[in-house]
Amino acid sequence: MRIHFKTSYEHDIRLFADWWSFFVYAALIVVAVALPWIMDEFYLGEVTNVLIWAIAGLGLMLLTGQTGQASLGHAAFLAVGCYANVIFMELGLPFLIAFPLAGIVTGIVGTIIAIPAIRMHGIYLAIATIALSILTDDLIVLLEPITNGVSGKFAPTITIFGIEIERWTTPDRFYWLVLAVTVLCTLAYRNLLRAPLGRAMAAVRDSEVSATAMGVHIARTKAASFGISCAITGLAGALMGFYAGAFNNETFSIVISITLLMMIVIGGLGSIHGAFFGAVVVAFLPQALSIAKDSIGGGSVAIPGLETGVFGLILILFIMFEPMGIYGRWMKIRIWFELFPFARKDMFKRQKSYLKTERLR
Amino acid sequence: MSALLDIRNATLKFGGVVAVNDLSFTVEEGEVYAIVGPNGAGKSTVFNLISRFYDPFSGAITFDGNNLLDRKADEVADLGIARTFQNIELFEHATVLQNLLVGRHRHRRTTLVEEMLFTPRVRREEKRHREAVEEVIDFLDLQPYRNKMIAGLPYGVRKVVEVGRALATGPRLLLLDEPASGLSVEETQDMRWWIDDIRKQMGITVLMVEHDMGLVSGVSDRVLALADGAKLAEGTPAEVQSDPAVIEAYLGAGAA
Amino acid sequence: MEVLQLLVSGLANGCVYGLIALGFVLIYKATEAVNFAQGDFMMLGAFVTLGLTNAQYMDLPFWVAAPMAIAIMAVLGYLLDFFVLRHLFGQSQTAVVILTIALGFVIRFIAGAIWGHEPQTLESPLAVGDLRVGGVVLGMADVAVIIVTVLLTLFLYQFFQRTKLGLAMQAASQNQMAAYFMGIPVRRVQGMIWGLSGAVAAVAGILFASKGAIDPNAGLLGIKAFAAAVIGGFGSLPGALAGGLIVGVIEPFAARYLAAGYSQIAPYALLLFVLVFRPHGLFSQVRTKKV
Ligand SMILES: Nc1ncnc2c1ncn2[C@@H]1O[C@H](COP(=O)(O)OP(=O)(O)O)[C@@H](O)[C@H]1O
Ligand SMILES: [Mg+2]
Repeated sequence: MRIHFKTSYEHDIRLFADWWSFFVYAALIVVAVALPWIMDEFYLGEVTNVLIWAIAGLGLMLLTGQTGQASLGHAAFLAVGCYANVIFMELGLPFLIAFPLAGIVTGIVGTIIAIPAIRMHGIYLAIATIALSILTDDLIVLLEPITNGVSGKFAPTITIFGIEIERWTTPDRFYWLVLAVTVLCTLAYRNLLRAPLGRAMAAVRDSEVSATAMGVHIARTKAASFGISCAITGLAGALMGFYAGAFNNETFSIVISITLLMMIVIGGLGSIHGAFFGAVVVAFLPQALSIAKDSIGGGSVAIPGLETGVFGLILILFIMFEPMGIYGRWMKIRIWFELFPFARKDMFKRQKSYLKTERLR
Repeated sequence: MSALLDIRNATLKFGGVVAVNDLSFTVEEGEVYAIVGPNGAGKSTVFNLISRFYDPFSGAITFDGNNLLDRKADEVADLGIARTFQNIELFEHATVLQNLLVGRHRHRRTTLVEEMLFTPRVRREEKRHREAVEEVIDFLDLQPYRNKMIAGLPYGVRKVVEVGRALATGPRLLLLDEPASGLSVEETQDMRWWIDDIRKQMGITVLMVEHDMGLVSGVSDRVLALADGAKLAEGTPAEVQSDPAVIEAYLGAGAA
Repeated sequence: MEVLQLLVSGLANGCVYGLIALGFVLIYKATEAVNFAQGDFMMLGAFVTLGLTNAQYMDLPFWVAAPMAIAIMAVLGYLLDFFVLRHLFGQSQTAVVILTIALGFVIRFIAGAIWGHEPQTLESPLAVGDLRVGGVVLGMADVAVIIVTVLLTLFLYQFFQRTKLGLAMQAASQNQMAAYFMGIPVRRVQGMIWGLSGAVAAVAGILFASKGAIDPNAGLLGIKAFAAAVIGGFGSLPGALAGGLIVGVIEPFAARYLAAGYSQIAPYALLLFVLVFRPHGLFSQVRTKKV
C-alpha cells in the first residue's frame, strides 16, 4: 500500500498524486508515442479509433458524468464538429485553424442548445436530446447546399507545416495527431476537475438546491458544461470525419448517440478512465465478436443487430452488478491488491442510498 | 445597533396552506437566534424565504441594509448568508474536501479558460481556498474524513460536514436547519460547543431551527416560537418556555 | 373527403402511439422510471402474436393467440421488474433510462434471431378490406384499431376506478410512502404495473401489426410515442392518449401539405417546441423539490 505523505496543500492540487503515478502515466505516454513502431497498421488504426471514441466519451462524460445531464443526442455534436471542420478546410483555412475553430463552433452551438435544455430535467432532457439526434439527420439533408445532403462529403488531406497527414497513407502521423488531441483534451478535463468550475458541476449534479445556496449559478454552470462538452465532442467528430474518410447524413445517427452514452456508463460514469475503458469496449467489441463467430464456425454469416444486442446485454449486466463501470471494478481490484491480505469482502458493499425522488407527493 | 436580518410582515401560501403568516422578526449582529415550533409550523419555509427559494406573497426581507428580495437564490451566498438543510443536501459523490471547497465558490475569481489551462493564478487561488477550508476542517475536527466520499459517511458526520460547508463560504449569517436532529447525545453536545464557538471565535451570527430545547436554551440568546406560520412568542429561552401560549400549543399538539 | 381519410388513418396511427405512450406513463407514475424499451415491447408483442397465429409458425386461431400473447407479454413485464429493475433501487433515473434503452437493443436482437429481419404480416381478422362510407374509403384495420383502443381505454378506466388492484395501483403511483403505510405491497403492485404495461404493449403491437407489416425495428416507433407522452404531460394517462392522437394526426397532414424533408420532422419539431416552452409537458403542473 502506498502512503501519501503530504508536504503541503500543493500536493492535492498537483496533476499526479505521487511520483509513482507520475511515472506510470509518463510510461504510458512513452509507449503511446512509440506505438507506430510496435504495432502493424491495422491495429494502429484500431487504437486510433479507440482514442477518437475516448475523446468523444470525455466530451459526454463532462456533461453526463460530471454535471449529471444525460444527453442521448451527442452524435449531433459529432456531426457539427465534423461538418464545420471540413467546410472550414474547404473554404481554404489550414487545418490548424479549422480544427480548433470547429471545436469552438460546436461549443457555441451546444451552449445555444443548452439555453432551453437547462430548464429540462432527467427524462425530459433525455427525450429532447433524442429528438435532437433524429432531427440532425433530416437537417443535414435539408441543408444540402452546405452539407451535400445524402451524397455526403469527403475529408480532405490534412497539412500541418507542409507535412501531409492522411488516415490511410500515413496512419502513423494520423495516430500521433489523434494522440496529441487526446492528451490535450484529457489535460483540459483534468484541470477543470481540480478547479472551481469542475466542482461546481459536480455540485449541480448532486444537489441543485444546495449548489444554489453555495452561490453556484445553476444555469451558467450547466451552460458551461454543455459548451465545453460539445466543443470536445466536436473535435472528436472532426477526427471521426478524417478517420471515416467520407460521411453523410447517416454517419452520425441516433445509434451513435446511444452507443456513446452506453460507452461511458460501461466505462464508469464520472471518471476520466471510464471514457477510455468504454472506448476500448466499443472499438474492440466488433473484433471480439467476429473472432468468437469464427471460432464457432459461423465465420462469414452476418447477424444484424448482434453487436448492439451484445453491447446492450453487457450494459445491462454492468448497471445491475457494477454500476460504477469498468473503472469501479478496476479500482476495487487495485485496492484489493494494495491492501492484500487485509481487504475485507464487505468493504465494497454497495451503498444503498435512499431513492432520491424528484416528486413532491 | 441596527438589525443584521430584518423580516417584516412576510406571508407565504402553498395552495390553501398558509406556511408563513404575517411574520416579523429581526436578528441582531452577533447573536444566536433560535426558531422553535411543531412540525409544519413553517420554520424551514422561513429559511427558504431567506435563501430566496420562494418569493413571499407580501412583506420585506432585508439583510445588512440590502433588500434580499432583489437578489436571486444564487446571489444570497455572496451577501454572506450560508445555510444547512433539514434533510442534509450534500454532494454525495464527492469527498468531504470537495464539498467544503464548493463552499468557497463565491470566492471564485478565475475564468473558465484559466481553469482549463490551470494557470499559476488558478493554482494560487486553489491554495488560498484550500487554506480557508483547512481552517474549517481543523475547527470541526474533520481531518479523518477529509478524503472520504460523502456517500459512505455516517449520518452524524454528514451533519457536521454540512455545517463545515456553510462555514467555508465565510458567512456573516449562518442558517442551521435542525442541526442536532438525529444526532446522538454526544454529537449534540459537540454541536453545542461548535455553535458557541462559531459565534464567539468566528463572530458569525447564527439563526437556527431546532427541536432540542436543551440545545436551544444552552446556546441561544433569543427564541422565536412559531405555530401555523405565525409568531407565538419571542424572548429569552426561559421566557418563551414559560409563555402560556407556547405551553398551550405544545400541550395541545401533544394531546392531539 | 381526403381530409377525413387522412384523419382516420392518422387517428389509427395515433392510437398505437397513444397506447405505447400509455405504457410509459403507467410505469412512470408508478416507479418514476421510464421504459425506453416500450416500443420494443410493442414490437415483441406483435411478433409473439404472429408466431402463435401465422400459418407458417404455430397456426393457432387468432382469438386464442391474441390473449395468449397479451398474457405472455404481461408475464414478461412482471419478470423484467422482478429480476432486473427491482435491483436498481437507489440508482439514478439515468441508469434506468440507459438500461431500458439497452434492453430495447437486446429485444430487437432476440426478435430478429427468432423471426428474421424480413417484414412480415400478421394474419389478423382485423386486417380485412376497406370500408366505404359515402365517397370515403377507410381501411377496416384503421377503424378496428380506433374501436379497440376506445374499448381498451374504457376497460382501463373501469379497472382503475373499480377494482381493488386498480385502486392499489393508483394509490401506489400517487404516494408511495402513504400507500406503503396503508398496507399496500408497493413493490408487488409496481411489478404488476410493469405487467399491465406489457399487456398494453402487446395490444398495441397486435393493432399495429394488423395495419401493416412489422420487422424488429418497428419498436423505434416508440420514439414517436415519447413525443406523445411529453405532449400529453408525462404524468397523465388521458394526456398520453391525447398526445398520441395529436402526433398521429399531425403526421399524415404534414406529409400531405408540407414539402418533403420537412414532413417527417414535424412530430419531433412539435416535441421540441413543447419541451422548450413547457419543459414539463403541456398538461402538467411544475413541481419543485421541497427542502
Ligand atoms: N414546496 C412546498 N409545497 C407545498 N407545501 C409546502 C412546501 N414547503 C412547505 N410546505 C408546507 O408548508 C408548511 C410548513 O412547512 P415547513 O416550513 O417545512 O415546516 P417546519 O416548521 O416543520 O420546517 C407545511 O404545511 C408544509 O406542508
Ligand atoms: Mg423543517
